[in-house]
Amino acid sequence: MTISRKDIEKVAVLARIRVDEAQISALEKDLGNILDLVDQLGAADTDAVVPMAHPLDAVQRLRADEVTETNQREAFQAIAPATGNGLYLVPRVIE
Amino acid sequence: MHNKSVAELSRELESGQISSVELTQQFLGRIKQEDGKYNSFITVTEEQALADARAADEQRAGGNATPWTGIPFAHKDIFCTNGVRTTCGSRMLENFVPPYDATVTANFRQAGAVCLGKTNMDEFAMGSSTESSYFGATTNPWGLGRGDKRVPGGSSGGSAAAVAARLVPAATATDTGGSIRQPAALCGITGLKPTYGRVSRYGMIAFASSLDQGGTMARTAEDNALMLNVMAGFDPRDSTSLDREVPDYTAALNEPLKGLKIGLPKEYFSDQLSPVMEQQVRDAVKEYEKLGATVKEVSLPNAKLAIAAYYVIAPAEASANLSRFDGVRYGYRCDDPKDLTDLYTRTRAEGFGNEVKRRILVGTYALSAGYFDAYYLKAQKVRRLIQQDFINAFKEVDVLMSPTTPSPAFVQGEKTNDPVTMYLEDVFTIAINLAGIPAMSVPAGFVDGLPVGLQIIGDYFSEARLLNAAHQFQQVTDWHQREPQ
Repeated sequence: MTISRKDIEKVAVLARIRVDEAQISALEKDLGNILDLVDQLGAADTDAVVPMAHPLDAVQRLRADEVTETNQREAFQAIAPATGNGLYLVPRVIE
Repeated sequence: MHNKSVAELSRELESGQISSVELTQQFLGRIKQEDGKYNSFITVTEEQALADARAADEQRAGGNATPWTGIPFAHKDIFCTNGVRTTCGSRMLENFVPPYDATVTANFRQAGAVCLGKTNMDEFAMGSSTESSYFGATTNPWGLGRGDKRVPGGSSGGSAAAVAARLVPAATATDTGGSIRQPAALCGITGLKPTYGRVSRYGMIAFASSLDQGGTMARTAEDNALMLNVMAGFDPRDSTSLDREVPDYTAALNEPLKGLKIGLPKEYFSDQLSPVMEQQVRDAVKEYEKLGATVKEVSLPNAKLAIAAYYVIAPAEASANLSRFDGVRYGYRCDDPKDLTDLYTRTRAEGFGNEVKRRILVGTYALSAGYFDAYYLKAQKVRRLIQQDFINAFKEVDVLMSPTTPSPAFVQGEKTNDPVTMYLEDVFTIAINLAGIPAMSVPAGFVDGLPVGLQIIGDYFSEARLLNAAHQFQQVTDWHQREPQ
């Protein structure tokens, strides 16, 4: 399985990772090799097999709808790159 | 002193032969003196450790001690520690100081253990050599004496090297595809990956959530049991934590092994394994026969698909988990972002290393429109086939034994340029994570002066039996006591 330059550019956009032109050929080779490895899966007959999400087939637990956490905004925002008036700051989105 | 086990140190603290402050100073001194050679620690928390040691001595004097009160140890830098930076080996979290404790961290704190610092690891636990850490590679203590710079394995290579070098008697670790067992094998120590869901993942920085499991590293099986006693248990804060009774893992250590049925999976004694490694493992199995165990060959016909399934499932889950690192709420942010997209894409390009980026891209690809069924769903189906193989095997035998790795520790730099070659390091460990069952690596000999690990695999929740099998082996062998020169 080969992965094209175009595929890599598309996936990089989806993953929100900037990929420089210079890195693309190395990624083409590395991701292509990984996908070659993964292609072995095609050999397995899985027609009647139920996909497995949890080893013990446990399902999501639900809990009572009760307040269990207290507000710790100051503590959490103390480690943020940029905050103001209790908000997280990012570059302006709407002019 | 530094050669003593947690169990021995605990007895000496109890009898008053030594105080926790003395013990802590001694191990901190060793870290200062020796760790320049290994780079096994990312952060050393000297002041906090000494304060905790003083508190532990007071607690013991007050008659409220647990076996861990005052025992020095280290955390893999993937477990969040309130007030102490937690990097996960990444530039992304270089200055991240968590405002809360992981459940595992809280458990050790509660037990009175003294954390000396945070150990090095492959970035976001993605790797098998601890070379992808933003904080530099860790070097294996074995081979270093003759000038040989070898990898300690990974991703928990810092914990494994620190325990092997006697910088701490025990350290926490995590295992997603072999990250406890492979470094334990390569560093000549004992490590245990518990059943998926046995140890809480809360506050353990996520890599692949359906595979990640916290576990133990120490030199003896007994110390691994003592660690698991602290770590195991239900946690409502982890949505996949299992609500099962936690036994005292030390209680069955001395059970005789007479009648233990051992299976040797023929697929794990294949031509991937070097003949000298195979000999060591078969000799270890002979020791078990002397202890009264019986041995038969079994088959795991789908095991050969484990690496392929893993390299869909793990990157797919990683790509989702690591989407949280966006430069907004915590962690690294690029300089002067010109807009929001630039903030996201440059933060992630600069904050993540190459292997992490590769896996995010592969995972994103596997989950993208048109590919989900062919990759992720297919891998999850294969995962069930792999699990079924183990279920069938455990109808015939009590435990499975195999080599932990195909070869001993390799030279640094040897596999960094070829990701797929590095992935094959985990050929004997990865299927266990896919099935979610527990497994250990136990020192079982040497090849060219480098440690060899015996992998012992058990059915769900059979940790006590694995620890028993490892402990009995360690009563008749001394591989686990060998010290790197």
